[in-house]
Amino acid sequence: MSTLPQVSRRSFIASVAAIGGGLALGFRLPAAVEAAAAPGEAEIDAWVVIRSDDTVVIRVARSEIGQGVMTALPMLVAEELDCDWNKVRAEYVAPEENLKRHHAWGPMSTGGSRSVRGSQDFLRRAGAAARHMLVAAAAQEWQVPAGECRTENGIVMHEPSGRRLRYGQLAAAAAHLPPPAAVALKDPKDWTLIGTAQKRLDTKAKVTGQPVFGIDVRVPGMLYAAIAQCPVFGGRLKSYDESRIRNLKGVRRVVALPDAAVVVADSWWTAKKAIDALPVNWQEGPQGRASSATIAAALQDGLAAPDAAVIREDGDFAAAIAGAAKRIEAEYRVPFLAHATMEPQNCTAQVTAERVEVWVPTQNGDAALATAAAAAGVPPEKVVVHKTMAGGGFGRRGTAQDFVRQAVLVAKAVGRPVKLLWTREEDTRHDFYRPMAMAKLVAGLDGAGRPIAWQVRLTGPSIIASLFPKRLNGGVDRSFASGFTEEMNYDVPNYRVDYAMRKTPVPVGFWRSVNHSQNLFFRESFVDEMAHAAGLDPYRFRRKLLAKSPKQLAVLDAAARKAEWDKPPAPGIVRGIALAESYGSICAQVVEASAGGRDGVTVHRVVAAIDTGHVVNPAILVSQIESGIVYGLTAALYGTITIADGRVREGNFNDYEMLRLADMPKVETVLVPSGGFWGGAGEPPLPPLAPALCNALFAATGNRIRSLPLKEAGPKRV
Amino acid sequence: MPRLTVNGQVHEVDVEPDTPLLWVLRDALGLVGTKYGCGIAQCGACTVHLDGAPARSCSVPVGAVAGRAVTTIEGLGHEGALHPVQQAWIAHDVPQCGYCQSGMIMAAAALLKETPQPSDSDIDRAITNICRCGTYARIRAAIHTAAKA
Repeated sequence: MSTLPQVSRRSFIASVAAIGGGLALGFRLPAAVEAAAAPGEAEIDAWVVIRSDDTVVIRVARSEIGQGVMTALPMLVAEELDCDWNKVRAEYVAPEENLKRHHAWGPMSTGGSRSVRGSQDFLRRAGAAARHMLVAAAAQEWQVPAGECRTENGIVMHEPSGRRLRYGQLAAAAAHLPPPAAVALKDPKDWTLIGTAQKRLDTKAKVTGQPVFGIDVRVPGMLYAAIAQCPVFGGRLKSYDESRIRNLKGVRRVVALPDAAVVVADSWWTAKKAIDALPVNWQEGPQGRASSATIAAALQDGLAAPDAAVIREDGDFAAAIAGAAKRIEAEYRVPFLAHATMEPQNCTAQVTAERVEVWVPTQNGDAALATAAAAAGVPPEKVVVHKTMAGGGFGRRGTAQDFVRQAVLVAKAVGRPVKLLWTREEDTRHDFYRPMAMAKLVAGLDGAGRPIAWQVRLTGPSIIASLFPKRLNGGVDRSFASGFTEEMNYDVPNYRVDYAMRKTPVPVGFWRSVNHSQNLFFRESFVDEMAHAAGLDPYRFRRKLLAKSPKQLAVLDAAARKAEWDKPPAPGIVRGIALAESYGSICAQVVEASAGGRDGVTVHRVVAAIDTGHVVNPAILVSQIESGIVYGLTAALYGTITIADGRVREGNFNDYEMLRLADMPKVETVLVPSGGFWGGAGEPPLPPLAPALCNALFAATGNRIRSLPLKEAGPKRV
Repeated sequence: MPRLTVNGQVHEVDVEPDTPLLWVLRDALGLVGTKYGCGIAQCGACTVHLDGAPARSCSVPVGAVAGRAVTTIEGLGHEGALHPVQQAWIAHDVPQCGYCQSGMIMAAAALLKETPQPSDSDIDRAITNICRCGTYARIRAAIHTAAKA
């Protein structure tokens, strides 16, 4: 029962070497192919391994964070490979192999709902190339033209003679053949696997407690660490009194990091008790007086400031608003939000003279490797990263892997493997938060109620400026206006969006659907305000503005139809609607709610329609819709991170509340894939939820919700 | 030295009696299927059975479980002999990231033992665990399926 975790890809690589006749397409790549691989380019056939028993191992470079990539990405390869799906196993690519092979597996970063849309082309080509090589091997064996052979379900068949060979029998020979220079991909109408509701490959393990998450890693000789990070953002560790804990049984030592104290002990509970008992003094720095109010004041200033970057401008807003028959304006705001992954941040590290080894639940294996190398002060080639299962991600485990840096520093200091695990409180108080943001929106309607002028001012801290300043375009972060840029499809002839960037002391980061999460709340609520000002039904009002956007209109109609928008809801029930385009997909939702209940509002039903272009696995897409709705509803009802004295006030689930099963609405999904493109799935279902809900509440109460969460601004208080 | 019975096996563990059962299971016994989520009995990721009843092991001192039978996810069912709840979970493809699922399954199994045919409101009351991936609807459906098994 105290067996070491088996990082499966390692045992797998070893077992392939041991099995005669194993084919590791891509692992013995010809030098020419390897040399041809440029950074960011994907090498064909690095993905497929076939064993002599016909098991097909398909490698996955992105991270499984619940969104189903361990199933969906292999389906893309398997579709073109024509293998037996029941014999497919998914395995992680090792980040150090990706480094060694010049990023043959492409980017490992798992965010921006990019896993399918950003890899589908090279994954399908990898499957097709492997199939081509298996056919060539069979044709060679039979001395027949390859064109006379066909493949099905893991078998190559020679039709004229009726001969057949299994992929497992052909693997060894195929491995010695050169990969094809080019391959043709199937026409979508010929797909037999893509588009089918296959079961997830990881379910059975996940119902028996078997998967090894980061927190579950055990390494021989491992010690445990608990951390106290400076509660004030930007503060430093000043001093601590180790004598107070030195005599506690099992405590090894305290490691000082620049902004944190870490206790290393024989068990995590001992380390946790000791860090709680350790007297620590902090150099709080200049942010000790920051509060939600001071940050709000800075943003309020941003709403009116002249120093804003124009993000999109159509027509002439100023002239059009002057001639408008009716003018409306409103200010909206949202708070900071923490990710609250169920598995708190953690990392296990071992630093020896030869190498640095980390075990980590990460959304980006490449970044974990780079972070570990930088922290240890070694070249990246000396780092080995074991990607573990991850208990949620939502953007927390991708870009800023502070937990990796800390674990490596502590392991280096103590000279033994160390598992660093944050408490829930540390996790809530040391996040990279969804930005606090505000918007001021002004619109002018003509006499017929048609919006002829629309101006949007956005303000708040930029994630890009904070994490990737080099990616700013002339100092401007266009992504802050996500949802208001080319993703705004309503036909408004005079339209202007600008952004007044404001810095805050609170670290900001990518939170599921990122800036779409607030901007679509602002946009879709305000569109509802326009509809109300025009005296029109909010669904029909939107329809009129989408005459030139048939895809958006189709999705909106699909949601309204399923929700029976034109029939009145049951007594006491109100409806709201919202439309959002994000990460290449279009999603519309109708929320049915009623006033009353524990939170002053009860959400009964959410109807969601989505167009992701193609759908790899409709069952997983439906799961992601349910998931995005829960994440968005949790934030809309409860989500707020408040700052007082430069620190986060909330700490655990008692004050940073989560939606629970009893409050889960009925979710109905309508998939309306229009084909021809590949949209994201993990994030697009989230943004429409909050505005659809608030629009429903407006329909119920006449009170417009312009600030979230509802527990603070909701029906009970407005 | 605290003594406890886990999944039918008796263990003596060299820990302070105030150590939460969760950390004894995970770090002393290596039963890592039971998860840490909050440490204050809020999220239920650490749910195990004590004499068949659900308990949040992060908030139960190991000294309090002497003489009681502890069951963890590792002892609920196994490959080839899965618990009906686990089978229903597979049928509904419930887990996403999977982290909270051991606790969810233990809570559901305890509910069905106490209330073999639970109503929706029974489920609402019994399943107060947190899932950030949003598997709640499938959990409800899977519990109803398991109840029919």
